[in-house]
Amino acid sequence: MRLADLKARSPHEISQAISLSRRNFLRTVTGAGSAAAFFGPAALRGMSVPKNRKAVVVTFGGGARDDETFMPDGQENIPHLLNELMPQATFLTNVVNQGILGHYVATASIVTGVYETFNNFAAVSPNNPTVFEYFRKDLKRPATDAWVVAPSNGFARIGESANKLYGPGLGAGVILPKRLLAAALSSASDGARYQHLLRDNYETPLYAPSLAGRQIELDQMAEVLKLSVDDFAAHARNLVSPDELSVYIARQLMRQLSPSLLWITLHDIDIAHSGTFSLYLDGIKRSDRLCAELWQAIQKDPEYANKTTMFILPDFGRDSDIDSGGNGFQHHRTGDALSRTTWMMVLGPDVKQNVVVDRRVESTDLIPTLGAYFGFDARLSTGKPIAEVA
Amino acid sequence: MLPHELTPANFTAYPPEARQLAVKQIALLQRLPLAFLPLLLRELIVYDWKFPAERADLGRQFTYLGTLAAGPFQTAMSAFAQLKLARELEQTDWVSSPAVFSEKLSAHLWATHQIDAFSAAAVDYVRKASAPPRSGDASGDDAAALPTHRLGIAVIGQGVAKSDYRLFRKLRPQGVYFTQVKHAGGVQVLLDAAAARAKAHPVPYGHWYIDGGHIDAGYTHGSDSLAVSGGITRISYDALSAPRALLQNRMQKTYESAVFDPEAFRTMLAQIKPGEAGLNSGGDSVLNRFQLSLLTEGSGTQVFSTTFVQWAAREALRRAQPLTIVTRSAPRQRENQMNELLAEHQRKPELDPEGSLIDADMGAYYTWVNQQRLPGEEKSAFLAWFEDHGEAVAIAPKLERGKRSDSAVELAELIAQIA
Repeated sequence: MRLADLKARSPHEISQAISLSRRNFLRTVTGAGSAAAFFGPAALRGMSVPKNRKAVVVTFGGGARDDETFMPDGQENIPHLLNELMPQATFLTNVVNQGILGHYVATASIVTGVYETFNNFAAVSPNNPTVFEYFRKDLKRPATDAWVVAPSNGFARIGESANKLYGPGLGAGVILPKRLLAAALSSASDGARYQHLLRDNYETPLYAPSLAGRQIELDQMAEVLKLSVDDFAAHARNLVSPDELSVYIARQLMRQLSPSLLWITLHDIDIAHSGTFSLYLDGIKRSDRLCAELWQAIQKDPEYANKTTMFILPDFGRDSDIDSGGNGFQHHRTGDALSRTTWMMVLGPDVKQNVVVDRRVESTDLIPTLGAYFGFDARLSTGKPIAEVA
Repeated sequence: MLPHELTPANFTAYPPEARQLAVKQIALLQRLPLAFLPLLLRELIVYDWKFPAERADLGRQFTYLGTLAAGPFQTAMSAFAQLKLARELEQTDWVSSPAVFSEKLSAHLWATHQIDAFSAAAVDYVRKASAPPRSGDASGDDAAALPTHRLGIAVIGQGVAKSDYRLFRKLRPQGVYFTQVKHAGGVQVLLDAAAARAKAHPVPYGHWYIDGGHIDAGYTHGSDSLAVSGGITRISYDALSAPRALLQNRMQKTYESAVFDPEAFRTMLAQIKPGEAGLNSGGDSVLNRFQLSLLTEGSGTQVFSTTFVQWAAREALRRAQPLTIVTRSAPRQRENQMNELLAEHQRKPELDPEGSLIDADMGAYYTWVNQQRLPGEEKSAFLAWFEDHGEAVAIAPKLERGKRSDSAVELAELIAQIA
């Protein structure tokens, strides 16, 4: 395709083209069918909500573009998503993020179901109630039933909002694995062996916000995760990236507390901000593998098997190669259609398998969808439940 | 302050040529909306260090705006004038610090969901204001005015013996993919072709060579030297090791400090003068400023040589609009914790040639994309070559698109076809 051809398209046309490309590619690779062939949006209404349902949400902080994932050249980077998970999943091809494209504020927007507008680099709580607060308050769930494993120190306040009707004491526990590891290494003599796991933020690699929020500290780790500092540090030595550390902690949480709502934000992909394409691809491949490992862990754990729905979605995309305001995969600054259009994969016992949904949804629709799934009311969210997976 | 309150005295702190231009255009500046004017001033305030192509572009914008009648002028600016700005933005010193204003404006537009409207207005403005004069005008159109077609050359993969990565995957559909390139003479052949173009078409900042390692010292290819003929603007990652070390030191101190203000850090970077960074030799203040900007405004350019080459090529093409650009990547340091990356100048880092090849492959594609954004793109040519190997892609109007050639061809012959 010539450069001029792409330049001439409107954002809406590009968004539709992205969706169409994903659908066609998935149909070719996996034989996936359209959701409309199976049921209409109203088909699931009125279903009862089992009390023991669980949900695991995985977001990619640092969007991965179609070029490197669901387009032919990207296939080699996501073998697990395509070959193992997609045949079991309903796949939404057209998930649009209309908010601010910074990772913390975008994740906060997904978590609240409202496009938050605070400074991406400020250590603040979301303004609107989070999914964890709706979940715990409406369903009277204990603090141990909702957890967030977040990639960088800037996410310390993602667990609960500043909303007066919810807020302190009603949110999720937040675990910042890199902070825990840094604390564990403070007295260790071989800290250098772990340095590769401690990078905090690729978006502004020099930024380290002051910490506040209900994140667990090192001295709580043994109590909460049943994991000694020594065991934690020893295991970390064998991991290659911060995301592996996050998934390790998430699996420890699943084993020890079996939370019904677990939110994991992966972040290795965002190394793309350094402009190194190969490291960006490595991040995608790692995320692909870790998603499959998480799904396998869910299937093997009796507390989770056959009652857990997993949602996988990038928080947004990255800039296209064509928009002159950006620099391709490196950033997500232009707000162009490619940087706003992403996808969502949903797997679970109540989810149709190998189905593609083309209609446009927004990233803020996830929380009302979780509300329909669990039976809480995300009353301040501006999104709508996605009926095909709710 | 609002634009209509501007007086010549507001520009006393501007560099001489920028001040002269601002005062000359002050009647026009006073008519521009606040959501637009500081962005124009951001370009104007550095007029003294702009490349000729950028000066011409700014001149076109003033001509475009200055010749619009009242109605069309209002129409042209209406999308910017309709943006709702915070009171705080008016109180910013947007004349003296337009870059600070534009950062705050950007944050405001994102937070108030006006960024899409702004982007659309900006794209529309740039398209109209920067459009070359119509064919048949006395000045002729830009493409026709070019002394020769543009040529880009990207040399990638230095130090890689073998790779399974499918190279040039994004460039292959645009031209001919050659698998049997005989490369006697290697890089020197390509540099000679660039030098010949520079000699035939001597244009200030019209011919560039950007290297991710070093250019001259310590490298020989057989019995050849890599001496480059005059008329070519040359920059390299290694030649900027002193400024990079200074910046890395400052970044490391910031990184290790307990409290960090990202806005203050950006301001600190923006305020570094070329002389402070050791960029005062040679007396080319335009080039010194350009090189410093690669390190202070680029992301990853300070620590990864592959990123440096890609970003430098992008900025050279965007700003200087050269006729010829040659890039040559070198192995970058391996991914590491930020403190270690920033300490690159203190110890010899471990290198990642395989990863660098993949980085540079994408970088070559982006260099072609950026070259195609310039006037005359329909006549432009491009060559990407896997250094010391037989793989290359050549793109030119006379070459078929999406073709593969397994026939033996000399590198010199290939470049002669498109240069």
